[in-house]
Amino acid sequence: MTVETEVLWLDEHRVVSLTELVEVSGLPENELLELVNTGALPARDAPDGGLAFSARVVTMARTASRLRDDFELDTRGLAVALRLLERVRDLEGEIARLRAQLPRA
Amino acid sequence: MKYTDYYAALGVERGASADEIKKAYRRLAQKYHPDVSKEPGAEARFKEIGEAWQTLKDPEKRAAYDELGSRPQGEEFRPPPDWARQHGGEQSRFEDLDFADLFTRFGGRGAQGRGFGAGAAGEAFSSHQGAAPGQDFEVPIEISIDDAFKGTTLSLNLSMPEYDAQGALRRVPHTVKARIAPGAIDGQRLRLPGKGGKGFKGGRDGDLYLDITLKPHRFYRATGHDLYLDLPVAPWEAALGATVEVPTLAGAVNLKVPAGASSGQKLRLAGRGLPMPRGGAGDLFAVLQVVVPPADERERKLYEELAKGSGFDPRGHFQGEGE
Repeated sequence: MTVETEVLWLDEHRVVSLTELVEVSGLPENELLELVNTGALPARDAPDGGLAFSARVVTMARTASRLRDDFELDTRGLAVALRLLERVRDLEGEIARLRAQLPRA
Repeated sequence: MKYTDYYAALGVERGASADEIKKAYRRLAQKYHPDVSKEPGAEARFKEIGEAWQTLKDPEKRAAYDELGSRPQGEEFRPPPDWARQHGGEQSRFEDLDFADLFTRFGGRGAQGRGFGAGAAGEAFSSHQGAAPGQDFEVPIEISIDDAFKGTTLSLNLSMPEYDAQGALRRVPHTVKARIAPGAIDGQRLRLPGKGGKGFKGGRDGDLYLDITLKPHRFYRATGHDLYLDLPVAPWEAALGATVEVPTLAGAVNLKVPAGASSGQKLRLAGRGLPMPRGGAGDLFAVLQVVVPPADERERKLYEELAKGSGFDPRGHFQGEGE
């Protein structure tokens, strides 16, 4: 069976609601909100007064869901893990950027 | 199907206690979990560890697994008829299944959020439960920088566990075609809603996630939407300045190299990098490499003449150091 399909870019330009984030991440709403409150998941105010997220957060929330299940982490542990993973991601991005500027040997 | 030794996957004896199994899983998960590990082959290794853990942590699944006996890892295998009658439920055929699929029929939660790599059974749902969402899958995809520039259509051949109308589990091949618009970058994540595993009894279908990596290119190095290119120039081009042809993803362009250029100097070609999904594009940076060719006798004399006539000291800034 061949299916031509819609592709959604999980980047800064696309916005997802809290409801959508709960659905795709597998994390319950209360845990997601806790991660938002600790600053581990960045959120912004939606026009309807709720919360909105960059679609990039989908990837972070799904990672959080896997780590929670596979390491039995509580929300505080998850928040620390997510912050460290983001730092690693930023540093890896910086290394990749600097490497790209180096001439090939 | 091929037999999988779950005890060996976790590095424990067959008689290991639940606590020993849990400790072994935790130790290995910390080392190989794809979200935290950079070990080579971590994803495949964690799939084995995860499958072993999902089965051995559950007393009912572990007992059913133990009933299959001990066999060499990877040996061609089919569940004995007695086992199939006792544990197979409505299942009468096992030809289309992977070994891990045998144990997805026992209780357990829904499959949402699981699944590294297409074809992983992960933790599916029991055919005796109510509605359950389909399994999500994450698939790493490599595309070329040229395809990232002009866009491409991916054809993904996936094998997903699904229950049929009779409640029997089987692997169903799917081909998913996904049009990737121009502008994908390294690390880009894409979501294909509803293209993961089928939902059960009215549950929503799972999603397919693509993790994009850009293949190395013979000329360009990508970082975000910017590209870097080594641009070799002759010593006289660097000294005197020159207009040189530079390859870009949209075709060759002329670039003016200023007189007195040095190796490592970057010249920016604005908007000649990878396109951005919402318009605009990154830049292409040409990194100058002054290449000194082998000199014949005549050229050597010219260099010697240049050396005599020049007062340039490339190491002048060392003066006074180390005294």
